[in-house]
Amino acid sequence: MAKAFKHKKRTKPNHSGVGDFFSIFFLILMGSFMALPLVLAISNSLKPLEELFIFPPRFFVRNPTLDNFHDVFVLMSQSWVPFSRYIFNTVFITIVGTLGHLFVASLCAYALAKHKFPGRNVIFWIIVTALMFSTQVTAIPNYLIMTKIGWLDKYLSLIVPAIAKPLGLFLMKQFMEQIPDSLLEAARIDGAKEVTVFWKIAMPQVKPAWLTLIIFCFQDLWNLQGSNYIFSEELKTLPYALSQISAAGISRAGATSAVAVIMMAVPIIIFVISQSNIIETMASSGIKE
Amino acid sequence: MNENEKFMPKLSAYMKNKRSNLFREIKKNKISYLLIAPYCILFILFYLVPVCMSIGLSFTYFNILEPARFVGWKNYVDLFFADEVFLKAVKNTFLFAIITGPIGYFLALFIAWMINDIKNSKIRAFMTLIFYAPTISGQAYIVWKYIFSSDTYGMANGWLMKWGLTFQPILWFEDEKFIAPILIIVVLWMSMGTGFLSFIAGLQNVDRSLYEAGYMDGITNRFQELWYITLPAMKEQLMFGAVMTITSSFAIHDQLAALAGFPSVNYAAHTVVSHLIDYGTVRFEMGYASAIATLLFMVMILCNKLVQSLLRKVGK
Repeated sequence: MAKAFKHKKRTKPNHSGVGDFFSIFFLILMGSFMALPLVLAISNSLKPLEELFIFPPRFFVRNPTLDNFHDVFVLMSQSWVPFSRYIFNTVFITIVGTLGHLFVASLCAYALAKHKFPGRNVIFWIIVTALMFSTQVTAIPNYLIMTKIGWLDKYLSLIVPAIAKPLGLFLMKQFMEQIPDSLLEAARIDGAKEVTVFWKIAMPQVKPAWLTLIIFCFQDLWNLQGSNYIFSEELKTLPYALSQISAAGISRAGATSAVAVIMMAVPIIIFVISQSNIIETMASSGIKE
Repeated sequence: MNENEKFMPKLSAYMKNKRSNLFREIKKNKISYLLIAPYCILFILFYLVPVCMSIGLSFTYFNILEPARFVGWKNYVDLFFADEVFLKAVKNTFLFAIITGPIGYFLALFIAWMINDIKNSKIRAFMTLIFYAPTISGQAYIVWKYIFSSDTYGMANGWLMKWGLTFQPILWFEDEKFIAPILIIVVLWMSMGTGFLSFIAGLQNVDRSLYEAGYMDGITNRFQELWYITLPAMKEQLMFGAVMTITSSFAIHDQLAALAGFPSVNYAAHTVVSHLIDYGTVRFEMGYASAIATLLFMVMILCNKLVQSLLRKVGK
């Protein structure tokens, strides 16, 4: 009786209980290794000065305080331009770049996925190859190009390259393949223009992919220091300003942790909200041979 | 009548026809080309042209102030025969890439596989978040600087001294024998990456009926199931994950520079990308830096081809 019950509970008959135990044990072990540094960062950001420099060091905070966060704002108010300017720059670049990326990449993904025209396979093959271009490889020529077209020291130099990121286009195209052709055809027969079909019919079908593109692009732009292209203090980004705080080393250990917590909170919150949509999109992320 | 046309009327008509066909084809698909135009123009300008420029510049001496001067293979010859730091950087990059790349990749796959076995979807989502959080948390890796701080306030030193394992603080990031192991741990910590999400998604979408067929065919444990059923069913996600892992593990630099310093003690954490940044943005020897970038790019493509041909053998 008991045995039969046990078997019923297991969805996969060839997974032994011992195996389940080890896999859960391993997950918890690895999970703690992953989580503890981040927990430490949060714990540190709440520690008062005397707890940060105590021997032996403690992992968890005893008397949590928001002093470190306060310090960040004090330090920042002494900077050359108001702190709010750095926040504005990063928020502006992130929002414009992310929305631009979503629109431009989706437009191209739609044509590549749903139109048959000469050259589309070649174009897609080039974009898959471009997944392997890391930013460092293109950094120097990009700098020269920015100089030529006069975009140095402008928001554009940070926003526009992010709009053309290949990863977003790739994911969007793979996801759009799933839209049934009959749906688009029906709209075309009703006399809708191709742009209307794209915007009114195709785009609402791929909402999970929107969120995925948004979080990947957001992550890149949110953490962008951009010090290669931007020289004016009033155009510099939040990560750049914050890296100046951490650069002061151990004396600002508390403020540094506060900064790390501020910077990681936003992407993590967005990921939590959009997780199920992202996983749905990634299901179609495969590279076919 | 033209001489040519008289003798080869067919060929001429064919050529004319083909040209007008191509023209008609473009005209017919005008809307498609218009839709892809904005992306393609930006992509060509900021991704394709830079890669080609990089290859071109790698054969020149160029310091931005003077016009580029063609020097042939000199940059490449110098890299391999006159630049000891570069050879050290290559060694370090391969050390980091070969250890963290495959381990990170299999760890991501393994963990995704185990997370997929969790029945409660809330716990599954929570575990996914835990493993993916270090990847998306920006510069949070700076916390490792506190853990391995070289004074007694650092976690590692503090505890080692409290337990009496050492009597004076260890200089973690100043001692060559500790730098690489610690950095490998940090890199692994943030190595789940985009591939991990792709694996989670791929595992969720393996056709359940395949498993049942597998039980009939006499698969007896979870490893056989993984190798013969699950992995072949998610080959495309494995490819995608491999591309993302290879690209990121050859481009390791930021974490290393933030923790071990740039340049690091005796170049112990100096990678090819560090060398590229050194010559590109500090010394302004753009030709030389472009040669490094071109080599890096070639190695990445080669490595991808190699791994893709290995992945074709999965499940066989």
